[in-house]
Amino acid sequence: MTNTPQNSKRLYVSDMSCASCVDKIESALKSTPGVDDVAVNFADKTASITGAASEDLLIQTIGDIGYTASMADDASDSKRENQELLHYRDLLKKTVIAAVVGLSILAAMLAGILPDISSASGRVVYGIMSILSLFVLSYAGGRFFTGALKSFKNHSANMDTLIAIGTGVAWTYSTFVVLFPGGLSEVARHVYFDTATIIIAFINLGSALEMRARGKTSEAIKRLIGLQPKTARVVREGEEIDIPIEEVIQGDIVRVRPGEKIPVDGEITQGSSHVDESMLTGEPVPVSKKVGDEIVGGSVNKSGSFMFKAIRIGKDTALSQIIDMVRKAQNTKPAIGRLADKVSSIFVPTVLIIAVLTMLAWFNFGPDPKLTYMLVTTVAVLIIACPCALGLATPISVMVGVGKAAEYGVLIRKGDALQTAGQLTTVVLDKTGTITEGKPVVTALEPKDGTSEEELIKIAASVEQNSEHPLAEAVIEASKEKNLELPEIGSFEAISGHGVKANYQNKTVLLGNSKLMKDSGVNLGELLGRSEELSKLGQTVIFVSLDQEPLGLIGISDPIKSDSKDAINRLQEKGIKVVMLTGDNRATAGAVASLVGVDDFIAEVLPQDKANEIIKLQQMGEKVAMVGDGINDAPALAGADVGFAIGTGTDVAIESADITLMRGSLNGVADAVSISKATLGNIKENLLGAFGYNTLAIPIAAGVLYPFIGVLLSPIIAGAAMALSSVTVVTNANRLRWFKP
Amino acid sequence: MGIIVNLIGLLLIAFVVWWFWIYKKRSEARADSGALDVIVDSGVYEPSVIYAKSGQALTLRFLRKDSNPCSEKVLFSGIDVSADLPIDRPYELSFIPQEKGEFEFACQMGMYRGKLIVE
Repeated sequence: MTNTPQNSKRLYVSDMSCASCVDKIESALKSTPGVDDVAVNFADKTASITGAASEDLLIQTIGDIGYTASMADDASDSKRENQELLHYRDLLKKTVIAAVVGLSILAAMLAGILPDISSASGRVVYGIMSILSLFVLSYAGGRFFTGALKSFKNHSANMDTLIAIGTGVAWTYSTFVVLFPGGLSEVARHVYFDTATIIIAFINLGSALEMRARGKTSEAIKRLIGLQPKTARVVREGEEIDIPIEEVIQGDIVRVRPGEKIPVDGEITQGSSHVDESMLTGEPVPVSKKVGDEIVGGSVNKSGSFMFKAIRIGKDTALSQIIDMVRKAQNTKPAIGRLADKVSSIFVPTVLIIAVLTMLAWFNFGPDPKLTYMLVTTVAVLIIACPCALGLATPISVMVGVGKAAEYGVLIRKGDALQTAGQLTTVVLDKTGTITEGKPVVTALEPKDGTSEEELIKIAASVEQNSEHPLAEAVIEASKEKNLELPEIGSFEAISGHGVKANYQNKTVLLGNSKLMKDSGVNLGELLGRSEELSKLGQTVIFVSLDQEPLGLIGISDPIKSDSKDAINRLQEKGIKVVMLTGDNRATAGAVASLVGVDDFIAEVLPQDKANEIIKLQQMGEKVAMVGDGINDAPALAGADVGFAIGTGTDVAIESADITLMRGSLNGVADAVSISKATLGNIKENLLGAFGYNTLAIPIAAGVLYPFIGVLLSPIIAGAAMALSSVTVVTNANRLRWFKP
Repeated sequence: MGIIVNLIGLLLIAFVVWWFWIYKKRSEARADSGALDVIVDSGVYEPSVIYAKSGQALTLRFLRKDSNPCSEKVLFSGIDVSADLPIDRPYELSFIPQEKGEFEFACQMGMYRGKLIVE
């Protein structure tokens, strides 16, 4: 993944926190045998080393001087893939060798060409079979035996234990028959070399197929990693040069040409363009970017050429954080998987006990030849009962589900959030910035006779210059559009919840709601009626008065996002009640609520009371999600069963909620719910399949059907079933990759 | 003969119960200072029981020798820590366990199992 040559290694030193660390690390590495050259990059906390020194030695060297180093992740990804490929090929080779030996023995036995086992020639032929199958067991199945021994010593038991005991017992019994044919009755003189070797072949094949299918489950992560470009074109000493991305430092000026990927996060300093951020946010339409706008590494520059200043690099870029977060989330398990985990942990010893009981049952109650029946059933129980499928059922679906959500710009932090999102009954939406754009604009300017629109906005904007209220920004923005020069204000007083009072050219200006005007004795007259009309349209109204005389009113509204209504509809179609929460007055809130079609709305709620509204809904038995902007709504987001933060690719607050929506659209909530339901469904299928497989297969292998229909499960079939069980689970999880919310 | 076989069978069951469930002693280590090496091989973590102190930085240096895909992940349940382990190269996992208690860690399939005891 990196451009580093073969003898170069890149280490990540997580605690390199000061400039003096650089010298310390550099000199320690330089004095290490086998190191030719060292370049330590303080900006991204990495050390690039050229030379033959091993990675372990380098990590140890850095550790000795008190720092913590690990291999830089990007290099390890490609290395891991190579190793997986080698392992996959090795498994296939072992499968073929085991299958050739096993099937040859089986074919010879079925063809009836083998001499009698009691004869001298028979003992030679069967002896060769024993040696051949011992070779298969040690070469192709050796890992099961070493694994079983090691875990046994550690007082634990795993799938290796079952496979090793199963095939080991089959081989030992058969070899006993070859060595001492007279020691057993004629009917019990059957050998199972074919069984032991074919089981090993099947299990290796199953592991290989599972490995291949598993590789596909992490495609979403691979795609995200693939978004990172390898080089950046930076301006250094007045020249534009291409350098590896890891050498970009904060403050570098970077050029991006049309069609190129943006290397790191930054702010445009020159030029403009349209940028496709779809792989990060799921938003298909390219976004217009101009000087001063933030851009995110990994997104694609569509049209113009521009320069930008690098602000976040290496592990700090939004893309790196997202990759890290998706990886972590893929490794978490939702509650639904915990039962399977508990079962898995006691499963293998339980199966060993069942195998012994099976043996005893056939010994005490079975027909002759008892020894043969005991062996066949016991081996079948051991082999078929591998808990792999059970253990994999949940994590593999979570992995695909979380990855799928990331493709749609929905970042799920934990498996539990993934599970709960599919069970929601109520979604509470914050109004400002969630349903609406969050950027109020002046939508009505209604001066009284004798006052011009310019005069009204000029006076209002002059006063609002001193305010930090979001509505003030809208008024000032409107004055800018009209190119008005704003005079300084004499005195300024904010009246909480009502408005402001100021001195404008030696006159008293009041700016605020009707209550402020009424309390100050301003007669609003017909403006009041007009105000009510505007409120019904969802606008917030500010009155302006000068020396007790009303000058007019300003209507401000926050535009509703174009797709809010559709997204709310989608949620309602899923049977979810949608509630809007806002600090606005009832009239304005009601107007917005009816425009977007929410089921209910709660108005005039102070920010600190939002969490209480969530609790009230929960007390009514609802499973509640809160959707907000992640900062103001933090207590409500934390209190809800699932908190959705509306973020952007550059928002560092992406870790503040259970689920973060990378694009502003509410469709992300509907997508998350759909993906969650699909993933949960997939987990249930997997768990049902795996539990069903084990609960049905074990009694059949033990021979419960024999007294009724005379059927016994061949250990070879058991081996095939076991090998396929986890492949089935992984394949089923992979179906989620095609899911469209 | 019958009694002997049945007796052996029952003893085997008793042995399984005792060895895997009752007799819990496993390879243990205390992570007091520096990084603690944890070998991932042949279906087990060694050591499989790790003692650590709450509120103190803990660094576990996992060395995965096992190419089996099961072993590629290690998940600590209850403390939201996980890692993807490379093969044959150390991977350092650092975190600060805050809460006291016993936390299981396992591979994705739950076959490799260990316990972190935070005191």
